[in-house]
Amino acid sequence: MKFAIPLLALLLAVPASAQTAPSPAPSGTASPAPDDGLSGSVSDDSDWQNLGIAIPTFPTNADVPTPASAGSTAALGRALADVITADLRNNGLFKPTGPAALPMPALGQVTAPDFPTWKAKGTDMLVHGYVRANGDGNLTVGCYLYDVALGQQLTKMAWVVTPAEWRRAAHKCADLVYSRLSGESPFFDSKIAYIAETGPKNHRMKRLAIMDSDGANHRFITSGQSIALTPRYSPDYRQILYLSYVNGNPRIYIYDLGSGTQKLVTASKNPTFAPRWSPDGKWILYSMAIGGNTDIYRISVNGGDSLRLTDSPGIDVGGSFSPDGSKIVFESDRSGSQQVYVMNADGSGQKRISFFGGRAATPEWSPRGDQIAFTHIAGDFHVAVMSPAGSGMRELSKGWQDEAPTWAPNGRVIQFFRTERGSGRTGLWQVDLTGQNERRLPTPVDASDPAWGPVLP
Amino acid sequence: MTPISRTLAVTLAGALMLAGCSKKPPASLPPEPGNVDTGTATNTGTVNGPVPGSQADFVATLMGQDTIYFDTDRFNIDAQDTAALQAQAQWLSKYPAKRATIEGHCDERGTRDYNLALGEKRANAAKNYLVSLGIDVARLSTISYGKEKPVATGSTEEAWAKNRRAVTVTID
Repeated sequence: MKFAIPLLALLLAVPASAQTAPSPAPSGTASPAPDDGLSGSVSDDSDWQNLGIAIPTFPTNADVPTPASAGSTAALGRALADVITADLRNNGLFKPTGPAALPMPALGQVTAPDFPTWKAKGTDMLVHGYVRANGDGNLTVGCYLYDVALGQQLTKMAWVVTPAEWRRAAHKCADLVYSRLSGESPFFDSKIAYIAETGPKNHRMKRLAIMDSDGANHRFITSGQSIALTPRYSPDYRQILYLSYVNGNPRIYIYDLGSGTQKLVTASKNPTFAPRWSPDGKWILYSMAIGGNTDIYRISVNGGDSLRLTDSPGIDVGGSFSPDGSKIVFESDRSGSQQVYVMNADGSGQKRISFFGGRAATPEWSPRGDQIAFTHIAGDFHVAVMSPAGSGMRELSKGWQDEAPTWAPNGRVIQFFRTERGSGRTGLWQVDLTGQNERRLPTPVDASDPAWGPVLP
Repeated sequence: MTPISRTLAVTLAGALMLAGCSKKPPASLPPEPGNVDTGTATNTGTVNGPVPGSQADFVATLMGQDTIYFDTDRFNIDAQDTAALQAQAQWLSKYPAKRATIEGHCDERGTRDYNLALGEKRANAAKNYLVSLGIDVARLSTISYGKEKPVATGSTEEAWAKNRRAVTVTID
């Protein structure tokens, strides 16, 4: 790590050069006419997929060099539109058309679109934006969403970013478009920690790695000298909990991204694994084996005494807090096979919730609270969801071995890893709650154990 | 020289195991090269064989019985395991200064965290049995590798049976 990067600033500003636009619709509240058929539940995406969204290049007021990887501000305007298009297309939510196939608007048209022309192209929704290099070296990126049929602006926003963070402005714009059209919370501007895998099946190198939600800004954290497993991003993205064999035995470490240092979560000499954060980042759940018996414990992120939450002679492992922190869903084989249980955050009131045949493992509570994702083992391994009461079980993936779901920050998309039969090759996959939009995430090498973090502020 | 004699020894051990045991692990399973400790040539001394009391000696003496095998999701010690653990205890009694680590492993058909816990159960089951045979608990440690270190790389019942194991490794 080099220097701390200033945080992306959110502004509600409009460009100085632009004329005053019609006042935008109030965000996130009552939906005017253009929302008809678009703000329903995620259970049927077909309407969205038929929605044509045009995302032409974002013009700039002056083409000047910028340290952003895309180069000058004009090139950056094209790159921004490309990233937004990829975000929307790759998640199967819309049918976006990117800048390569579209004319670039003049700067003045960003706030006063040429609606008749876009209507003639069959465009339903239009995304415009601009790039401006500021005197202090930062960039301002504006983002506008228009309903072409109505000839109306739906929403707009602008962000000030450092050149190194330019992709975040594109993700914020994609989030703005997605949220406005779907009624769901944003999720593109987020990061993923995972385990990068290389080498033969019986001698696999496993390294901790991080990347943006679209695979950009990839970085390896550990060298691969020792096995690293099961990372979890802290809610503020400053630390990562993970398991390492660095000192011979499997132990949980808390890795600080700013300083590049790590420390043990507990001083205990017993093996510890399956680390998890509480939603507020103040507590850590971990599993510890003593004399072969594994139970779940809770400890403050500042250390101190651990609280033992389970005490069955079976394997109690994992755990995931409900969004309000009051409950924990976990896995236990106390009944004879792996099943999913819920308990209060102090360990009281333990109750099995999975009763649908097969085994149920690796439960993860949705950030929205309404669903629990888990690995359903009935022959093959599939990623599935159920309600926190254990009802409405649905399998979302159909691989030979799909394991370890992790939720998008908005609780509408799930990532997991898929292992190939025979070769043991692994990759990260993503599926939405309909189970229809499944895709593989690009990673430089094989990948497992994804952990999706929250939306960046 | 050494490589040839080692190959012979491995082949011989495999043949003996074929005759000697018959249960869960496929009978053709040779002692795993990983346990021969190829990195410690100094311990093997000359072409005459491993130094008595070394890990190489342990592996050569046990002829495959340094490893015990488990059924899916199980960690109990059965009759065939007890024979292997008795042979291990015999060797460990002969070299009372030697310490050992028991590695618990699982097949790939389990979730990662659960397998780490299950590997602990398997390693501890073997350890507890060795202690019951009179081996000082202070000489024994355990470690679970879950599904991270398979010896058989296929995705078949045969390969999985070979991977559900606890391996005793003495510390040179």
